[in-house]
Amino acid sequence: MTEIQAGPGAAVTAAPVSGAVPAIELDNVVKEYVSHGEVVRAVKGVSLAITEGEFFSLLGPSGCGKTTSMRMIAGFEDPTQGIVRLHGEDVTNVPPNKRDINMVFQSYALFPHMNVWDNVAFGLKRKKVADAEIKRRVGEILEVVDLVGREKRRPKEMSGGQQQRVALARALVNRPRALLLDEPLGALDLKLRQAMQIELKRIQREVGITFVYVTHDQSEALTMSDRIAVMNDGLVEQLAEPREIYERPAGKFVAGFIGTSNLLSGTVQQVVGDTAVLALGANDRILVPAGGELAAGATVDLTVRPEKIKIAKDRPEGDLSVVRGTVSEVVYLGTSNSYVVALGDGAEITVFEQNAHDSTITAERGDTVWLSWQSWHSYALR
Amino acid sequence: MSRLRAALTPYALIFPGGLWLAIFFVVPMIVMLSLSLQSGSVEDGYAFTFNWHSYADGLANYHDQIIRSLLYGLASTALQIAIGFPVAYWIAFKGGSRKSVYLFLLLLPFLVSFVLRTISWQFLLSDNGILLGPLKDIGLLPDGFRVLATPFAVIAGLAYNFLPFMVLPMYVALERIDPRVLEAAQDLYASRFQTFLRVVLPLSLPGVFAGVLMTFVPATSDYVNASVLGGTNTTMIGNVIQNQYLVTQDYPTASALSFTLMALLLVGIFVYARALGTEDVLEVAAR
Repeated sequence: MTEIQAGPGAAVTAAPVSGAVPAIELDNVVKEYVSHGEVVRAVKGVSLAITEGEFFSLLGPSGCGKTTSMRMIAGFEDPTQGIVRLHGEDVTNVPPNKRDINMVFQSYALFPHMNVWDNVAFGLKRKKVADAEIKRRVGEILEVVDLVGREKRRPKEMSGGQQQRVALARALVNRPRALLLDEPLGALDLKLRQAMQIELKRIQREVGITFVYVTHDQSEALTMSDRIAVMNDGLVEQLAEPREIYERPAGKFVAGFIGTSNLLSGTVQQVVGDTAVLALGANDRILVPAGGELAAGATVDLTVRPEKIKIAKDRPEGDLSVVRGTVSEVVYLGTSNSYVVALGDGAEITVFEQNAHDSTITAERGDTVWLSWQSWHSYALR
Repeated sequence: MSRLRAALTPYALIFPGGLWLAIFFVVPMIVMLSLSLQSGSVEDGYAFTFNWHSYADGLANYHDQIIRSLLYGLASTALQIAIGFPVAYWIAFKGGSRKSVYLFLLLLPFLVSFVLRTISWQFLLSDNGILLGPLKDIGLLPDGFRVLATPFAVIAGLAYNFLPFMVLPMYVALERIDPRVLEAAQDLYASRFQTFLRVVLPLSLPGVFAGVLMTFVPATSDYVNASVLGGTNTTMIGNVIQNQYLVTQDYPTASALSFTLMALLLVGIFVYARALGTEDVLEVAAR
């Protein structure tokens, strides 16, 4: 059993708020499928505890097991191994219609033969809620999602954004203890998606229930989540708050998947105080916080975010990481310029430069430039 | 020039089919309508008298067969829904990657001619045939028991012969249901039965509707099943018409009966479509 671990992130899994029972808990959950006679392990042992009232995201590329994990929480898939708990209660073998959680499906899955009102009232009717109460609650929730006056519309008569809000209302009207959202904004265009992100966050604050959000869009996850579990290949790579995941990615995968990162590697030449010095060439050096772990001779993989790097024509002074390279690409992005700089050893570094002043660019393609950054912006990957 | 061509293209597309229907459907219809209003006999020849007596006589003499045909048509359609719906459901939801194989198997008997299939049923159901013979030998059935020449044989034969036309549209409707919609129903506390009742069934109704249209009409006007599998007490209006045309050669009566049947079916379909074919049915089913 012990060899199934929740990946590198498991050790830093933030514990649920002290003493409180987690709203949702996956305990060493494994899911295997048989496909064309071969066993496929979609989820290879995931443990996580989602706190009551939290906006929690499962983030990862397609095929990482995030949707399968969510479907096991909803009850549409039975885990091959492991336990699913809702508010401390083992629901591993409880069917979806007996679980006190609701789901917003990818592409909404609205009932095409029912109008908005009947779609939203569906769950309450199945729970045999009194008619007057159904009327009141459906009316209320349609107000929350801003669909008053559209009760008689059929799904196919509505825009994507409106269908999305019907799907949300249809789930929320039941006052579930947790709401699962499977890439709910995937089908919307960028503007609408951004508006709905803010809307979702507002609704979550208003109703105050746990949201579990599955997405492959890292910016979406960073914007909305209280905590994020980054998944890859059936395992949780890192589980932390957005800032932590961005600033201190727990490995090459997370560093590469979240935002743009520059991955570099080198050998520690010496350790001065709490700073390890990596020498790349005659004039180049990279400073990394040693953290008591790095010693001379150790090989280090590290990452630097593009916005932390300064680009200049002359070699900067001071205790900085300094590397020299040739500009191979300049891209004007409006609010910033993006440079791709090729180093002597073939590595490439991307640099963002804010267009804070006049929009002159520091360097042209082919120029030799110096890149520099503070030692603490080098983040060593374990 | 190109605009003219674009305007003419739809008419060019309908022209061959339209011509075909005009020659082989509209012209015979007019001929038959005129026949039904003629009087006379084969020996003396017929003359157009604009006399409706053929209709009155036809209804007076053959109303039993007309009512029987409508009842057999309804019964066989009901039987087809009962048999066909589970088949369509199973292929659509449990067929997996072999759906087209199952559909092909369903259609396979229909590569054999309609009449031959019905004759093979006659062979199967005959009084001492391979089905009833052994059962009578071991005493499970009395010697006098028979299936052939009973209403059951005719209705079952009709149901069998038109089954694919019922299953295919139902399959198409069921197959189009997004499985996530069914999961959504389950997620919203519906049991499997409620999911079927509230979601699957209403969404499959357009298919059932189309299936009924495609099978009720040919089943009601069929004459092969009644003549091969039926007896003297199961004569349908199709048999009467065939007999009037080919044996008695009373063309006016045959034509009048044909038009009477057509009128009844048209009214029936119209009422049915008004009652079931609108979206109101779905609204009711959604409750």
